[in-house]
Amino acid sequence: MGKDALRDKVSIVGVGCCPFGENWDQSPSDMIVDAAYEAYADAGIDEPQKRIEAVFTGSLYTTQGPHECADALKLFERPVSMVSNYCATGTDAFRYGVMSIASGLYDTVLVVGYDKPKDRGVSGPTVMMDSVRDLPKTPAGWFSLCAATYFDRYGAGREDLARIAVKNHHNGTLAPRSWLKREITVDDVLSARMISWPFGLYDCAAQTDGAAAVVLSRTDLARGFRDDPVLVKAVTISSGPNPQKDPGNDFLSWKPNGWAAADAYAQAGISDPRSEIGVAQVHDCFSLTELLAYEDLGFCDKGSAKEHIADGKFELGGDLPVNTDGGLKAFGHPTGATGVRMIYENTLQLQGRAEKRQVKNPRLALSHNLGGHPTACGIAILGRD
Amino acid sequence: MAGISSYGAYVPPHRLSLDALSGRAPRDGGPEKAVAWNDEDSVTMAVAAGASCLAGFSRERVDAVYFASTSYPFREKQGAALIARALDLGRELQATDYSNSLRAGTTALRAAADAIDAGSATCVLVIASDCRMGAPGSGLERNSGDGAAAFLVSKDSAIATMEASRSVTDEIVDVWRSEGDDFVHSWEDRFVVQEGYAPRMAEAVDGLLADGDDSVSDYDKVALYGPDHRSRADVARTLGLSEGQLTDAFFGRLGNAGVAFAPLQLVAALENARPGERILVANYGDGADALALKVTDGIEQLPARRGVEWHLERRQPVADYAQYLKARDLGTSEWEAQAGPGLSATVHFRERDSNLAFCGQRCRSCGAVQFPVQRVCESCFARDDFDVTRLSDRSGKLVTWTFDYFFPTPTPPTVAGIVDVEGARVHMQLVNCVPDDVSLGMPLEFEFRCIHRAGGRPNYYWKATPAAEPATSEGR
Repeated sequence: MGKDALRDKVSIVGVGCCPFGENWDQSPSDMIVDAAYEAYADAGIDEPQKRIEAVFTGSLYTTQGPHECADALKLFERPVSMVSNYCATGTDAFRYGVMSIASGLYDTVLVVGYDKPKDRGVSGPTVMMDSVRDLPKTPAGWFSLCAATYFDRYGAGREDLARIAVKNHHNGTLAPRSWLKREITVDDVLSARMISWPFGLYDCAAQTDGAAAVVLSRTDLARGFRDDPVLVKAVTISSGPNPQKDPGNDFLSWKPNGWAAADAYAQAGISDPRSEIGVAQVHDCFSLTELLAYEDLGFCDKGSAKEHIADGKFELGGDLPVNTDGGLKAFGHPTGATGVRMIYENTLQLQGRAEKRQVKNPRLALSHNLGGHPTACGIAILGRD
Repeated sequence: MAGISSYGAYVPPHRLSLDALSGRAPRDGGPEKAVAWNDEDSVTMAVAAGASCLAGFSRERVDAVYFASTSYPFREKQGAALIARALDLGRELQATDYSNSLRAGTTALRAAADAIDAGSATCVLVIASDCRMGAPGSGLERNSGDGAAAFLVSKDSAIATMEASRSVTDEIVDVWRSEGDDFVHSWEDRFVVQEGYAPRMAEAVDGLLADGDDSVSDYDKVALYGPDHRSRADVARTLGLSEGQLTDAFFGRLGNAGVAFAPLQLVAALENARPGERILVANYGDGADALALKVTDGIEQLPARRGVEWHLERRQPVADYAQYLKARDLGTSEWEAQAGPGLSATVHFRERDSNLAFCGQRCRSCGAVQFPVQRVCESCFARDDFDVTRLSDRSGKLVTWTFDYFFPTPTPPTVAGIVDVEGARVHMQLVNCVPDDVSLGMPLEFEFRCIHRAGGRPNYYWKATPAAEPATSEGR
């Protein structure tokens, strides 16, 4: 099978996203309905029960499985499946949706990512005491493991990470559906309370509630929904070994990043991501995660990220704006929704609908999800034409 | 004749200032006691002392483990079996717990010698370990300390032969703990000494001397249990011991280590012993035990190891009393430390070689070492073709780290990192170090620790600790 087998076969014809945040008065179903019905409207679909042939839904915290989404939307008598792949869940659910259409089985499907961590009663991750190995078992502890090694090798430091958080907070102020709308300074980041060195509070993404949805259709039918459908150029996911027990891991990059990027670029026919990709949403669960993504995805050379952070390459006005809506950091991170939220933002950017945060004339947009220890990386590349 | 072939000791590095106990500022060099930290208990200390004792000896030869303690965390479920697995000893093993009396350590030592002499065992690992708690503010809290001592008892390569022993037993309720009691109770201290400790110790020692037609001056060193410094000195005087004979009891440095107290003094005596020396050990608890040992030429061949003095030098002062209360779970907190599901007993059983013995596997095809046990080789993808290899006594190095401010500990942050051991990579917590001590590539060794007590049981695994200098060999 050729690497380009998926390219341009499937299009995004509608997107939706509920406001992310501490949605105390909303159930998962409420958010699913908000996101999905916005996506229906965006696609001009009045009778979803007649048009949506299958649903691919992703959630990490659900206790009800796919039924939660089927019941919220009253989409019965058709396949509704649930995908779970840590923080890469949203991109993986999207991937199943794309493949289902590319296979010729369906014309129109719905992808819904959502999560409701704020019903658990804790502001951060819970410290699970159900094992003896690998404790403390927190994402901040896992993702910080590249810091000592990276800082030692490339001379970067907490200030470089802080600039990423400052950028994403700024972008978050420009996105109507984002949770945090507050500018911060490098000093704020450096003086915040420590979570897991080198991550202080502001180096960590905001865990929120939220749901996002995408309607996909066969490309040859897409203009029947709207005039500016967005093409799916590539979508992939790479599994990786647990870096904590992977012999010889150098802790300077995350292996699945590079593997997924190589596959996605081959699928999309991209040879020079730096010049071809116009806007990117990358997984910034922690500030260092975004820094490593710049390098692992080929946006800059290994070890050079701090120079490009300093010269503003990844800011809204830069050569390759990253996390234009504030990212996980400021828009919020409802685990299963995040990958779909990134596709929502990239679709708006490609269609020129991103208002104050609109990037100038992007042709290709990349989104990147990193999940697990990290042990999975999902990438989706969308194109305007 | 049975004898001691090796010894080991463990004293927890945390030191609580006795000044701090009285609400005063700790003085430099002031009196202190050794305290087990939140991840230590009688089992973890026993494993550390046992590993130290076994250094340089084949673990395959050990065919019995005797574990002596009054503070073993389980009421039902054997300690010796748990310790044997943590030390990666074989399954063809006679395992026994000696408990309920402060005398349990010397009783176990005597029983080991008897088993050797009777031919029912050839190599017995005897470990005495205790971390008894005195109630906050009590005299017992001031006097007690925590520690463990271990001895390998066999016929071969003895460093000290066990020449004679004598026991007396009497019924007395002097110190006790009933079901459900966290703290040791004591009847009036003058009664304890006058009707229990002093007369029974004299009776056992006099009996031993009479058996051998000896006088106390025939002994070069005397290891003597004592509930406190003064009572011990009084008994030493009654027995006619000279200053030079009586071993240091570490009051003001370690404290009364309960079951391990007299055994730790014996370890200290052996550390500096010369061939031909005679050592008397007298221990108390519901009666008394007296043991006579004679140091052999073999002591000169025993490889250097970390004894009591090495451990007493390794100090980590506790900042204040509140920290100690947290470490021993004596404060109040929102959630019980025992809350949560804990480790499934099924998983505990299935993963006992990985979690308790810290055994990894070596691929027979490519030689790569990996942890934990898995079916397909991470390096060459060979399936089910591995040899089990013990990692707990290997050295490691730190690949990377983080400082975690969330995980419950009396003194955040928790240092956690990736350790390379024989090429295997393991995520582990680091102990005995603060963030400033941590550096890439730093050499590490491993200590058995209680990771948490969720599920109402201690849940054990290993932690890494900065590699210490090779064992000192003072006097050896």
